[in-house]
Amino acid sequence: MATQAIPLGEEKAIFRVCPVTRLRVDLAAERMIIANATAAVVFLLVGGIMGLLLALTRWEAIHLLPATWYYRLVTAHGFNMLVAWIVFFEAAGLYFGSTVLLNARLVSPRAAQAAFALMLLGALLVNAIVLAGHADVMFTAYVPLKAHPLFYLGIILFALGALTAVVLFFANIFVARLEGRYTGSVPLVVFGLATAAIIATYTLLSGAIAFIPAFFWSLGWLRTYDPGFYRNLFWGFGHPAQQINLAAMVAVWYALAAITVGATPINEKLCRLAFVLYILFINLGAAHHLLVDPGLSFAWKMFNTSYAMYLAVLGSLIHAFSIPAAVEVALRRQGYQRGLFEWLRRAPWQEPGFAALVVSMILFGWLGGVSGVIIGTEQLNMQFHNTLAVPGHFHATVVGGTTLAFMGLTYYLIPLIFRRELRLKRLATWQPYVFGLGMLLLILGFLFSGTLGVPRRHWGVFTTPAIFSSLIPEPARLSLALAGIGGIIAAIGGAMFVLVVLSSVLTGAAQEARSLRLVLADPADPPEATEIAHVEPRGTFLIMLAFLAFFILVYSRNWWLLGARGWLVH
Amino acid sequence: MVAPPRVWWRPLDRLERTWLLLAFGWCLVLFAMMPIWLAFGRHNVPATIYRASAAQFRQRVEEFVQKYQVGTEKGIPIVEPPPGDVYLLARQWQWYPILKLKKGQTYRLHISSIDVQHGFSIQPANLSFQILPEYVYVITLTPLESGEFSIICNEFCYIGHHVMIGRILVTD
Repeated sequence: MATQAIPLGEEKAIFRVCPVTRLRVDLAAERMIIANATAAVVFLLVGGIMGLLLALTRWEAIHLLPATWYYRLVTAHGFNMLVAWIVFFEAAGLYFGSTVLLNARLVSPRAAQAAFALMLLGALLVNAIVLAGHADVMFTAYVPLKAHPLFYLGIILFALGALTAVVLFFANIFVARLEGRYTGSVPLVVFGLATAAIIATYTLLSGAIAFIPAFFWSLGWLRTYDPGFYRNLFWGFGHPAQQINLAAMVAVWYALAAITVGATPINEKLCRLAFVLYILFINLGAAHHLLVDPGLSFAWKMFNTSYAMYLAVLGSLIHAFSIPAAVEVALRRQGYQRGLFEWLRRAPWQEPGFAALVVSMILFGWLGGVSGVIIGTEQLNMQFHNTLAVPGHFHATVVGGTTLAFMGLTYYLIPLIFRRELRLKRLATWQPYVFGLGMLLLILGFLFSGTLGVPRRHWGVFTTPAIFSSLIPEPARLSLALAGIGGIIAAIGGAMFVLVVLSSVLTGAAQEARSLRLVLADPADPPEATEIAHVEPRGTFLIMLAFLAFFILVYSRNWWLLGARGWLVH
Repeated sequence: MVAPPRVWWRPLDRLERTWLLLAFGWCLVLFAMMPIWLAFGRHNVPATIYRASAAQFRQRVEEFVQKYQVGTEKGIPIVEPPPGDVYLLARQWQWYPILKLKKGQTYRLHISSIDVQHGFSIQPANLSFQILPEYVYVITLTPLESGEFSIICNEFCYIGHHVMIGRILVTD
C-alpha cells in the first residue's frame, strides 16, 4: 500500500512484514486485535443463541420462553449484541486502523491489555447479574425501574475499557505521525475509524454521566433520579453508540470495496466531507427516542431529530452513492464496460467480502435508513414509538448493516492477522446471502408488525393472560411468524459464520497470507491506458434514482397513514 | 485502505454533483414537512405537561372516578366524563379507570404513572406516547370512530408488563 514505513534508528516494537500488502504489523497490536476479535465473536455467538430463542417466543404460534425468561434474555441479548459484540469488534478495528494501516506501533500494549480486561470484566458482570435474575430492566434500564448495583457497575467498567481503547487509537495515530511512520493524509478507512472514535468519545462520556448517578441511586446514595433527565442522558449514549457503528461500518464498507474489487474513492473530498457531517450532526439523533416524551418542545424535537436539517442523513446519502460508484468505476476499468450494468453482472459475487458488502448496504440503506428517517420524523413517530417497527429499524442497521459488514471483514482478517488459511470457503461464500435473507424476513416481519401496533419488548399480544384482549389486528400473527422464520434463517447464517471462523482459526493451516481475496484470484491491475480514460458511474446513478423514488414513496405513504388515523391528537 | 495522493481536494464529477444536489434537496423536503404538518396537520404530538407527585395525581384520579363513575367491568370502574379534562392513571400493571367517551368530542387526557415508566398505546388506532412518573402528559384526543379500543402498555414495566392492557369505549 502507498504508505511507506520510514526506518527508525531505535525501534520500540517488533514488526513483521505482511507478504501481500507489504504493511508492517506490530506483533503486540496483532495480539490485541486477535484478543478483541475473538471476544467479539464469542459474544456474538452467545447473543445470537439468545436472539433465536427470542424470535421463537415472539412467533406466538411457538411462544417458546416463559415471560420472565423472555424479558431476561431481551436484556442480555441487547447488551451482548449492541455493546459487547460490536464494541469488542470496533476495538479490534481501531487497533487495526491505527497501527497496521499506518505501519505504526501500538504505543502502550499494557493499556490495551487493561482496556481489554475492563471490557471483559464488565461484560461478564452484566451477563452474570442479568442471567441471575437481578436486572430484568432491559438494555435501556429506564429509571425508576431498578437493577442490582453490579449491573450499572458492569456497564461503567465496560465503558471505561472502551474509552481507554479509543484514547489509544488517537495516541497511536499521534505517535505514528511524530515518529514519521506515515506522511500526508491518512487513508479514508482510517479517517472513517477516526470519525467513529470521535463519536465514541462523547458517547461514552454521556453514558458515564447517565450510568454513574444510576449506580449511586441503586446503592441508595441518591434518593431520586428524574426519569426524564435519565432518558435524555441515556439516549445521549444509546443512540450515538449506534452511530459509532455506523461510522465504523462505512469505514469497513470502503475497506471491503478496496479488498474485493480494488475500488478507490472517486472523490476523497466528498467522502471525507460525509464523515465530517457525521461528526458534527449525528449525536443529535439521541432525540429520536424522546419524540413523544412529555416535556420537550416541538422546536427542540424538530431540530434535533432531523440532525439539523438532515445533514447527517446527507452524509449517509453521499456514502450510499460513492461506495457503489467506486466499485463500478473499478470494475469498468477492469474491462466490464458494456451497458449500464455489465460491471454488476460480472462483479465477484462469490467473494464473501463482496457479498457481505452488497447485502449489508441494501439492508442498511433501503430498509434501515428509510425506516429510520420515517420513525425519526416528529409526528410520524406517534405511529411507531415503542412498536416492533423500532427493532425492525435497528436490526436493519445494526445487524443487517453493521454486523454483516463486520462478518465480511472478519474473513479477511483470518489470513492477514490470524495468519491461518480460511477453511470452508464455499460456506463462507453462501453465508452473507443466508444471513441477509434471514435478516430481511425478520426486519420485514418486525416492520409490518410495528405498523399494526405490535409493541416491542412484549411477551405476547395474542397470548397475554391480561383481563382484556389487545385488539391487535389478526394479520400481525402472520408478520410475527415471518419474523420468526427470518430469525431461524438468520441464526443458521450466524452459525455458518461462527463455524467458518472457528474451524479456520482452530484447524486452518498456519501460513502467511498469499492474496487479498479469499475465493477468487486478486483482480489484475487495470491497463494504464484505461486508467486515464474518464469513467462515469452511470449504473450507480440509476440505482440511486430508484432508491430515491422508493424513499419518497414510503415516506409519503406514512404521512398519508398518519393523516388517516381515526383519532385526532394534538 | 490506501493513502490518497497528496492533492485530493478536487472538484466533483458531473454525476456526483447531481446526486449531491438531489440528496440535499430531499433532505430539505424532509425537514420542511415537520413544520408544515404542525401548521396544517390534525395529528400532532402534544406538548402540554405539568408536574405532579404520585400521591397528588392518584388523588385527582380518584376524585375524577368518584364524580363520573357509571359502572364497573372486571373490577375496574367505568367512567363517562363530559368533554374536557379526563384522567388516566398508569401503574404496574393496570390502566385505571376504563374511559367511556363520545365520538367526535374532544377530551384533554391527563396521563401519568405512579410507579415506573409506561407506554400509552391506543389500538387499533395505533398512536403511542411515553408516560413518566412525576410528569403529567396532557394529550388532546378526538375519537372519530366508535367502538372498543385497547390501551397497550408499550414501555417495559417489569415482568407483568404484558398483562397491562386497558380499555377505552367510544359511543356514538
